[in-house]
Amino acid sequence: MSAPFVRELTFFRLKRSVILGIKSLWMHKLRSFLTALGIVFGVASVISMLAIGEGASYEAQQQIKELGSQNIILESVKPTNTTTAGEQERSLILEYGLTYRDITQIQATVPGVSVTVPGRRIKDFLWGGANSVDGVALGTVSWFPSMKNRDLVRGRFFKEMEMKDRSPVCVLTESLARQLYPLKDPVGQTVRMQTSYFRVVGVIEDDPAVAASSEDMKGSSESGEGMEMMIPISTLEDHFGEVLFKYRSGSFEAEKVELHEVTARIEDPDQVMPAALAIQHILERNHSEVDYKMTVPLDLLRRAERTKQIFNIVLGSIAAISLLVGGIGIMNIMLATVTERTREIGIRRALGAKKKDIVFQFLIETVILSGAGGILGVALGLGVPIMVTYFAGMVTIIQFWAPTIAFGISVTIGVLFGIYPAFRAADMNPVEALRHE
Amino acid sequence: MLDSGPIEQAKSNVDRSADPVIELRAVEKHYMMGDFLVKALKGIDLKILPGDYISILGPSGCGKSTMLNILGCLDQPTVGEYLLDGLDVAQLTDDDLSAVRGNKLGFIFQSYNLIQQLSVVENIEVPLYYQGVHEDESREIAIELANKVGLGKRLDHKPTELSGGQQQRVAIARALSNDPSVILADEATGNLDSKSGGDILQIFDDLNAEGKTLIMITHDEGMAKRTPRVIRLKDGEIGYDTYIHG
Repeated sequence: MSAPFVRELTFFRLKRSVILGIKSLWMHKLRSFLTALGIVFGVASVISMLAIGEGASYEAQQQIKELGSQNIILESVKPTNTTTAGEQERSLILEYGLTYRDITQIQATVPGVSVTVPGRRIKDFLWGGANSVDGVALGTVSWFPSMKNRDLVRGRFFKEMEMKDRSPVCVLTESLARQLYPLKDPVGQTVRMQTSYFRVVGVIEDDPAVAASSEDMKGSSESGEGMEMMIPISTLEDHFGEVLFKYRSGSFEAEKVELHEVTARIEDPDQVMPAALAIQHILERNHSEVDYKMTVPLDLLRRAERTKQIFNIVLGSIAAISLLVGGIGIMNIMLATVTERTREIGIRRALGAKKKDIVFQFLIETVILSGAGGILGVALGLGVPIMVTYFAGMVTIIQFWAPTIAFGISVTIGVLFGIYPAFRAADMNPVEALRHE
Repeated sequence: MLDSGPIEQAKSNVDRSADPVIELRAVEKHYMMGDFLVKALKGIDLKILPGDYISILGPSGCGKSTMLNILGCLDQPTVGEYLLDGLDVAQLTDDDLSAVRGNKLGFIFQSYNLIQQLSVVENIEVPLYYQGVHEDESREIAIELANKVGLGKRLDHKPTELSGGQQQRVAIARALSNDPSVILADEATGNLDSKSGGDILQIFDDLNAEGKTLIMITHDEGMAKRTPRVIRLKDGEIGYDTYIHG
């Protein structure tokens, strides 16, 4: 009872078991395929859901990052209060929004505020060459591009000197330049708003947020979104004054807004949230009604990250459930297989198979089944995001660990759900198994 | 192919003084059938010598199947000792019983019991696989045995592509593959026509002539005329045990 009784799990035995497993599964090709399909879809859904979720949150985060994570953006908003309407009747001029006073106070009291970009907007028709477009003149400062992370496409931005000199120079956004001067280089040309003329010195890329939204609704770029002409804020004051009059389709509107948009940059990224709180307090003290809007990209970013986590948990649970269902499918079929092959089990036991040999044989079969399902699932799971990107134009990101983990889980499920049928097979009484019809 | 010559009682070529390959001492097997205790075997004493060629006969319900299961180490006696090559089988664990079956016994069943998804040669290799015999060696043994039973040209056929007689010959080759001490045949010709059955019995005769120990379990009285030693079971006891020749 020595040499032949000592058997070890050698590579040769493993190889034979795998070949035997494939043969047994191949006997029932359709059944094996359908069983593996549960795992295929489970794995594919894990990978593609993670890829789509990751892509969506990446896109959102990218848009927020474009705003500048160290920035706090303040905008003037026309209040929707009923008392304002009454005041408007009396004074005829609607006065609201951010003031120069707010800015001086912010600069004086909030620690670490390095720069503020004041901005004012005038909405009117812009004329250039033979074309005109409903656009916006934006009064701003010379360091606008670096704070807003926006690059120049042509020419240059206006300089601090030109701000001081109140020069009539302007920088156009890409889409405005395309509308006004579709065929020639806009640099050196002139653009008119109302009665003032400005010389184009450069073209700047579109606001990424606007560019993304206008891409969704193609052709809507003519509504004025993103049609911006940037001029020094001092020049704007000179040409258009403090009060803005608008005559539009028979109605008359007068608005007085000192600053439409202000961006505060905080030097220390950790201080962004406290600074936002300080600015909030200043604005609350200065304004009796909420005629401003504060956007903190960092806060948005954090919220986006939290949303992404929740999103991932939800997607992960859905995918896990589908894998679980696949695993139960495998167990179900394996139990049926064990019953069906009772006689084979009896024969093998009579011919010298130990219980662990039978366990191993059936376990190998489930692992092959779920492993093959896993491989197909990985292939499908890598294909689906590519299709989504191609047909729906969504960004999808496949992280290298996603297919690895999904495949690993599928094999683990194969083992877990294979254990019970395998032990049931091995625990059969050989005498009864042999007698089984 | 082997000839199926005229049926002729084989001569016993057993050395009576040799140590028995199987020895049963007061073996009993009890079952619970509901609330009743059924004694399927009631004190069997039996010695089987190397080279024995035995028919175990008896009507159904006499304990033949129980006897086969115990001799085949598929089941263990409730009372008594079973020595196989001097090893007390009654004391073995499940794993050791498997090892004994794979190492010392060869089985031939009435319904052939081949594994459907495996080819002829792979079926013959199954016991060798569980013995851990290396691939190349086991393939060599299997091909040699397939030739011996006249299936050398059907190595890659599946059991469903073979006739009953051919399937039973595969089963015989499989039973021989691990060079067992004893071959147990359970109604080996029960499912075959007389021609194929005769071929199979001829193979058994030849194997015994080579010195193999064969135990045939059957209810076919014709077998009793073929084997040199006949054992008749009656109600779980040995009613008759004799060497017809010699």
